[in-house]
Amino acid sequence: MTNRTIRIWTLIHKWTSLICTIFMLLLCLTGLPLIFHDEIEALTAEDTLPPMPADTPLKSLDEAVASALATYPGERPLFLSFDVDRPVVNVTTGPGARPPVSQMHISAIDLRTTRILADLNDDGGFMHVMLRLHVDLFAGLPGELFLGFMGFLLFLATLSGVVIYAPFMRKLSFGTVRAGRGRRLKWLDLHNMLGIVTLMWVVVVGLTGVINTLSVPLVAYWRANELAAMIAPYEGKPVPERFASVDAAVRTAMEAAPGMRPQFVAFPGVRFSSNHHYAVWLRGATPATNRILTPALIDAETGAFTDMRSMPWYMLALRLSQPLHFGDYGGLPMKILWAVLDLLTIVILGSGLYLWIARRRLVQARRAQDHAAASPGLRATAGEAAE
Amino acid sequence: MTPRTPFRPLAVFGIPVAIALVTAVGLIAALLDDGVVDAVSWAALSVPVLAAVWSWRNRNR
Repeated sequence: MTNRTIRIWTLIHKWTSLICTIFMLLLCLTGLPLIFHDEIEALTAEDTLPPMPADTPLKSLDEAVASALATYPGERPLFLSFDVDRPVVNVTTGPGARPPVSQMHISAIDLRTTRILADLNDDGGFMHVMLRLHVDLFAGLPGELFLGFMGFLLFLATLSGVVIYAPFMRKLSFGTVRAGRGRRLKWLDLHNMLGIVTLMWVVVVGLTGVINTLSVPLVAYWRANELAAMIAPYEGKPVPERFASVDAAVRTAMEAAPGMRPQFVAFPGVRFSSNHHYAVWLRGATPATNRILTPALIDAETGAFTDMRSMPWYMLALRLSQPLHFGDYGGLPMKILWAVLDLLTIVILGSGLYLWIARRRLVQARRAQDHAAASPGLRATAGEAAE
Repeated sequence: MTPRTPFRPLAVFGIPVAIALVTAVGLIAALLDDGVVDAVSWAALSVPVLAAVWSWRNRNR
């Protein structure tokens, strides 16, 4: 590498970092409690299932939906999702087919009694604030895409950091931290060392975060292309006045896909379905396949099976980006490692900022020194001129 | 950046690449299965953290 290439990569590293650092610090700090959101929410959980005999028969999904609608009169069902380990479904209702999240209501319903266990509505509490700051800065889609762009800058900063790591480390062995020769050198070495050891984790969590910010446009694209192709004969049909049984729709979908289990049902008209169909999103039954969703479309007027297609690559990427970003797929030890790596990233960001400030001070001090060294001569010249 | 110390890619990037690959294995393993594979993930994701701890403990004073 010539000095010129190094200087260019250093400039890229400096500017991409400077622009995104403050937002990345915010994302690292708000992300920290979000890693443990399951554990934190379990502390305040109110929806414990009352004990009942294990063989208590379950009510139908239609009765569960009716129970949710009775609580929120005038609303319509949007989603129904299944809890994994217990006979509970979560029914989302809202005033229209695609209301803002703030107008949606989520009821956790005991399928044995159709009694509402808890409402899972956003309460505006601490975790909600953390989530919104982390996802969209309370600014909706533009905020999401903005943070996605900041994530892309982080990727560029990381990449350029790796490039300029080479000239820094030419004479040093891996992991060298020179702690006894001034603060700046110590933090420079720590910045380089932490940056290079966390490289893969930062890149994966950063890029999957960027993919997650593209969720809204990606789902819209899927709906306009894949989904449109699946429901071509139904094009232009309005949302049915009355929906056929959701319970029957789920059974039809499961018969069409043996070995798969329903994860959630999107009601007609919502983002994840067509105007005329129940979309029953099925997942595989093994750990390796349970993240891969396949939507089965059931005619919401007649209850007939329409079509089922596996997701295109970009929806799969979106789907896999969630666990890889959240770190929620390997138990509590993985979450703790996620938190530690998050903290190390905060140190990298902070030290980068410090190094930028320290370097500016150094340059300014040098300039002042040069100026001081030059001034006696200047004074002398000025003195001569005055005489 | 004197020409006397040439850039040796393996010396500079050998260990970092190894750590990155181990991290990648850790990130992917837990996606594929539950149980034992989770432990593989924990061990692999500990590697970058332990490298940082080792480096700090061996700092030159």
